[in-house]
Amino acid sequence: MKDLDKGFQADENHEPKENARRDFLKKSSLLTAVALTPGVAVKAAENHLDEKVAAAFEKMPVNITVNGKAHKLSIEPRVTLLDLLREQLHLTGTKKGCDYGQCGACTVHVDGQRVNSCLTLAMTVDGKKVTTIEGLAKGDELHPMQEAFIKHDGFQCGYCTPGQIMSAVACIREGHADSETEIREYMSGNICRCGAYPNIVNAIQEVKNGGQQV
Amino acid sequence: MKQFQYIRPATQQSVLDAITKPGTKILAGGSNLIDLMKRGVTSPDKLVDIQKLPLRGISQNKGNVMTVSVGALELNSAVAENKIIKESFPLLSMALNAGASPQLRNMATVGGNMMQRTRCTYFYDTAMPCNKREPNSGCGAMEGINRMHAIFGTSEKCIAVHPSDMCVALAALDASVEVKSKKGTRYIPFTEFHRLPGETPQLDNTLATGELITRVIIPHNNFAKNSYYLKVRDRSSYAFALISVAVGLDIRGGNINEARLAMGGVAHKPWRLKAAEQFLKGKPATVANFEEAASLAMQGAKSFGHNDFKLKMAPASIIEALSNAAKLS
Repeated sequence: MKDLDKGFQADENHEPKENARRDFLKKSSLLTAVALTPGVAVKAAENHLDEKVAAAFEKMPVNITVNGKAHKLSIEPRVTLLDLLREQLHLTGTKKGCDYGQCGACTVHVDGQRVNSCLTLAMTVDGKKVTTIEGLAKGDELHPMQEAFIKHDGFQCGYCTPGQIMSAVACIREGHADSETEIREYMSGNICRCGAYPNIVNAIQEVKNGGQQV
Repeated sequence: MKQFQYIRPATQQSVLDAITKPGTKILAGGSNLIDLMKRGVTSPDKLVDIQKLPLRGISQNKGNVMTVSVGALELNSAVAENKIIKESFPLLSMALNAGASPQLRNMATVGGNMMQRTRCTYFYDTAMPCNKREPNSGCGAMEGINRMHAIFGTSEKCIAVHPSDMCVALAALDASVEVKSKKGTRYIPFTEFHRLPGETPQLDNTLATGELITRVIIPHNNFAKNSYYLKVRDRSSYAFALISVAVGLDIRGGNINEARLAMGGVAHKPWRLKAAEQFLKGKPATVANFEEAASLAMQGAKSFGHNDFKLKMAPASIIEALSNAAKLS
């Protein structure tokens, strides 16, 4: 219990104290996850040499670095990266929109490449580095793309915003932000039902033209 | 999603051993398979993750016939951006970039793209009949909402279309597919990889149980200067094709020496337009000849109500794609 409490202290710094409901859900789901892990099964799989095997009900070991922090986890093979991030690591910045790869709200970077975390089995990210929206800012200093989205009003309801920002950063890194047309084409995997597209394009163009390190 | 076993073999031999069993599916990028599993359209007992196999890389081979080899696990985004592909086969690059979204192209592999299932809404909706999902349960699309559906090569059992853009380009480029199994290696012409529905629409392609796609081989050609991929869809990006046309022309002194034409969004497989290609061979690259070629290509087309518009949109798209490839427009 002590370790669990410690693990949540960091989160509490970012959230108002009265936000007890999410905190309760986080703690209870983590306790359930810990209780259900069959230690023997995990050990057996770890010892296997050239392939990882899991029976249908077993959990498997997986090592994933998220926002620079290494995690040794044990998961069911059917858990998606999106659910792992939100339900087990409590990184709820990455959003579940359609859950079918059609909206882009779940966009994260895996080894520097943007992907839809809802269609990525967490097992397939074993040994890889994941960056989520929580990993963009340096402490209290926002990432230039986050600043630009605020400045240009690149959102209304904000639900698609984490995915939009992760995609926007990748769009510049890939070299696909040279014109408005190109930005629109290479941001087409992120849907915004509020229709903030013109402001999103403006935000991306400002960061791109500003020549800041993204 | 139903529970399943997950294995990640480190060698090709272990993969070939694992995929001979029924109920087993290969997992590559997962961008279509995981979607289908979430919706209960497919429920494998076992997933064989092949991402550890060394099936990446794009290389030029200088044998009797110059070819370019593309590994089955190469990502769609990597192929589209590759220098050799952009220079030798811009048609493939254009088709790949017309498909899906940047995120999905970063996940989807070449082999996985070939294996993707139809996006027919009746196939996806497990409450509806579908001969492809559940053999002999009937076809919901035939008299249902069939706006996205096929106009060529349909059967009484199925009018679904293959959704890939990449495959339309590869069919036009005379590619072939290398597949391996415990019995050895064989090569399938790309145009014979996917099949028409006939009586067995549950089978999308001619890959046998136990076979693994290892690479795609594209022979060198003279179409690089005059290639075009036209995709007509409901929104300007990130949507499946209503109609797509892949064109490669070898034009010498205003005359067409060789032509390659294939369509997407019209059949259960990438639809090669051989009659139109034959007609164009040796003729001047003019709009009048393109109109004649389009009219030849449309012979035998049949629509089902909501997709009647494709009978006009398809020939118009062929003419536009040919004109763009020939740089007439």
